[in-house]
Amino acid sequence: MAIIDPRHAAKQLIYERIFRSATLSAAVLVLLILGGVAVSLVRGAWPALSHFGFSFVSREIWNPVTDQFGALAPIYGTVVTSAIAMLLAVPAGFGIALFLTEMCPPLLKRPIGVAVELLAAVPSIIFGIWGLFVLAPVLQRHVQPWLIAHLGHAPFIGGLFKGPPYGIGILTAGVVLAIMVLPFIAATMRDVFDTVPPMLKESGYGLGATTWEVIWNVVVPHSRVGIVGGIMLGLGRALGETMAVTFVIGNAHRISSSLLAPGTTISSAIANEFTEAVGDLYTSSLIALGLLLFFITFTVIAAAQAMLRRLERRGAAGL
Amino acid sequence: MNRRLFRKVKNGVFLLLSMIATMIGLACLAAILWTLISHGFAGMSSHLFTQMTPPPGSQGGLLNAIYGSAVMTLLGILIGSPIGVLAGTYLAEYGRNSKLSTAIRFINDVLLSAPSIIIGLFVYEIVVVRMGHFSAIAGALALAILAIPVTLRTTEDMLNLVPIGMKDSSAALGAYPWRTTLSVLYPAARSGIVTGLLLAIARISGETAPLLFTALNNQFWSTNLNAPMANLPVVIFQFALSPYKEWQDLAWAGALIITVTILVLSISARVLLAMLQNERGSGR
Amino acid sequence: MQINKAKKWLLIGAAALGFSLSAAAADISGAGATFPYPIYAKWADAYKTLTGVGLNYQSIGSGGGIKQIKAKTVTFGASDMPLKPDDLKTAGLVQFPMIIGGVVPVVHVKGIQAGQLHLDGATIASIYLGDITAWNDPKIKSLNPKLMLPDTAIAPVYRSDGSGTNFLFSDYLSKSSPKFLSTIGANSSVQWPVGIGAKGNEGVANMTTQTDGAIGYVEYAYAKQNKMAFSLLTNKAGGTVAPSAESFQAAAANADWSKADSYYLILTDQGGAKSWPITGASFILVYKQPDDAAAVGEALKFFAWAYKDGATMAAELDYVPLPASLIAQVKKTWTAEITSGGHPIWSGK
Repeated sequence: MAIIDPRHAAKQLIYERIFRSATLSAAVLVLLILGGVAVSLVRGAWPALSHFGFSFVSREIWNPVTDQFGALAPIYGTVVTSAIAMLLAVPAGFGIALFLTEMCPPLLKRPIGVAVELLAAVPSIIFGIWGLFVLAPVLQRHVQPWLIAHLGHAPFIGGLFKGPPYGIGILTAGVVLAIMVLPFIAATMRDVFDTVPPMLKESGYGLGATTWEVIWNVVVPHSRVGIVGGIMLGLGRALGETMAVTFVIGNAHRISSSLLAPGTTISSAIANEFTEAVGDLYTSSLIALGLLLFFITFTVIAAAQAMLRRLERRGAAGL
Repeated sequence: MNRRLFRKVKNGVFLLLSMIATMIGLACLAAILWTLISHGFAGMSSHLFTQMTPPPGSQGGLLNAIYGSAVMTLLGILIGSPIGVLAGTYLAEYGRNSKLSTAIRFINDVLLSAPSIIIGLFVYEIVVVRMGHFSAIAGALALAILAIPVTLRTTEDMLNLVPIGMKDSSAALGAYPWRTTLSVLYPAARSGIVTGLLLAIARISGETAPLLFTALNNQFWSTNLNAPMANLPVVIFQFALSPYKEWQDLAWAGALIITVTILVLSISARVLLAMLQNERGSGR
Repeated sequence: MQINKAKKWLLIGAAALGFSLSAAAADISGAGATFPYPIYAKWADAYKTLTGVGLNYQSIGSGGGIKQIKAKTVTFGASDMPLKPDDLKTAGLVQFPMIIGGVVPVVHVKGIQAGQLHLDGATIASIYLGDITAWNDPKIKSLNPKLMLPDTAIAPVYRSDGSGTNFLFSDYLSKSSPKFLSTIGANSSVQWPVGIGAKGNEGVANMTTQTDGAIGYVEYAYAKQNKMAFSLLTNKAGGTVAPSAESFQAAAANADWSKADSYYLILTDQGGAKSWPITGASFILVYKQPDDAAAVGEALKFFAWAYKDGATMAAELDYVPLPASLIAQVKKTWTAEITSGGHPIWSGK
């Protein structure tokens, strides 16, 4: 029987210690990065936040000359464009997922699925220039005049469609975001629909339900958590998107009731103004915007991840 | 009778809507790709890969931008993927159930979806301000931070897919985890890890926002890592928003280059992944 | 197999190295105003062909130029809005004019060509205040009785970034309209009540061309290079003028630079029958005692070359080169104020 050379064994142990600490350090580094981001954002934002206090998030004014800054317009723009994106992308993503899981002929399933996912791989700056050069003129010449003429005088929602047709603005940004977020939502929903045990669906069909009824009454309730998780993941992405929005938002630090008006979002304000911000309060206000965005997206993404993990664990438990 | 008909109609309507939704999605992809290809090809010329970005009103190419993007992406991957792979290994091998691992997995997923502009701000604060100037190395660091979550996630998933039998056999032979990992797991998960690398490259090569305040841009050829360096996304940003026809043509051409690169990488990653799953499926 | 792969990478690495060694690196870095960018870019290109020294100029707006030079991330900053002498003293900077040009209103309205539309300061101010909203408004009609103005909505385009061009334009509008002065005021960055924002002269030019019914304001070279429809203006003396090197020159002729402390002089709304109302000089900012004396030395050599040999190129783009007396005065300032270790950095004539 061979006896293990103790020196060899000792060397192996040393290598083990080195390897283990290397991987541990790498893992801890990930934690440190996020912590570092949070800390550096807070430090950078502190001058603005302490100077303005709560009024930073409640005022619309953004005047670099008099050093008066308020985040209300970017926050409004971020929220509204993301809301429009969700309103458009969720039903569409749901429809695509439905099509792919229930209706699609098996031969086409793969290619169409891949095509939709390829949309996710297109870098956001491409969406930006496509939005500015292709979508905006179409919106300016055809869609927006139609909206103004037909919906501008409607009760309740009329106020949303007033103003000159610029072509760019909050609505355009929302539409571009919707197209960007669509593949994520569609892919997540499709994956979630796929995890439904065929047994459950067969039972539904066996009782005489139509395809739609099975989807709505069996698949959706079963994948509720995953659907919400996917939606929130898409929302997190829409909230933080920079380049696609910057091209078509119109760069106006104003809040306007009309969706056709230009506005600004947190990320496009930072992208546009950061390199030129003169003065500590200006730079600090922009970093404070970044901190707000970090906080908002962190909350949304964290909630989404928690939900998706719950679904994974449920799936693993064989539900 | 009426009720049944109603249900059938409802079914038909919703299924039709979902088909329309799919077609809209495909139409958008087609529209974007079509615009890219038609405008991009118009901007293509023999100079594209041989000349530098021109001043407004002159002909030129994108050589410095392509080089800069390639260099910073490469550096970003070189710095970021070892960290991601090692961290993923830790989560898969050592920290299966510890609280630390759960936290790290969670944080990693957050970083994965975090707005890249925040990362750019972070690197600006700790690198650009400290160094006193913009630089390619700052840009590469920002890209590295974006690459880590992708590689970490894929590595952990791929390592977990390796049949537990292989790990046990290795342990039974007396190997420490480091030996098992290096000699058994990594080779087994090889294509998966490479998929992760490809996805990371695809992810970071299209990013603009983090480079805006780190590498800035440079209209000339520069190989100096300690100075601003040209890169495709920021050049596209600048040129597309300009009124100069030559610049706009170059912007489209650059956009086409980036998109084709990323699509090729994404498709390769997919193909690799499919091959990997086939191997697994056939019980290798 | 492994060795061949390694050889391949070595070859590629060596090629890249050779490539990099053969190309010259950019030495001078500058950032700032988009107003003079077309001519700076032309100069930089010619200078590099001549001397091999590259000038990396990032046109990020006057505000950005001021920020970057204060942060010492560039060799020089460029701004169309002159800094006040007190600000210069506090920051340890010296400023001098480089080139003179004009800001012109440009429009994108169906059927209106360059030089056809006639506007005045008060009308433009009303447009940007949101008081005039359609192109066929009676006020615009009264200035253009012979023009067919459509019923399109006006889309005002303004600078969303900190900009010297913004300063010149808003300064002119403030001088033309008391309401504008009290509501918006004149500065490099103001709160525009209506319209779309765009970045840089380039962004405004692009957005105006993209949007139907748009009006914007850009430096004349942009309007010229991109064949945009600029408008005529009524100047202080009551005459109608078109933008050109002559009308900019006429406005600049009134300027008495010898009396201006730190060259702080604003050329908008000058008297004279032929003067263009929105004329301005673009300034360069450098440190009085820079950390990198060699880079500043190279920059000064570039500026001197541009003053002398760049005048023709500037005239082609309808910029107005500085008069010889002003150039001499500027060089005296260089010798007197830009020093390193007690000695002036500028050694030439």
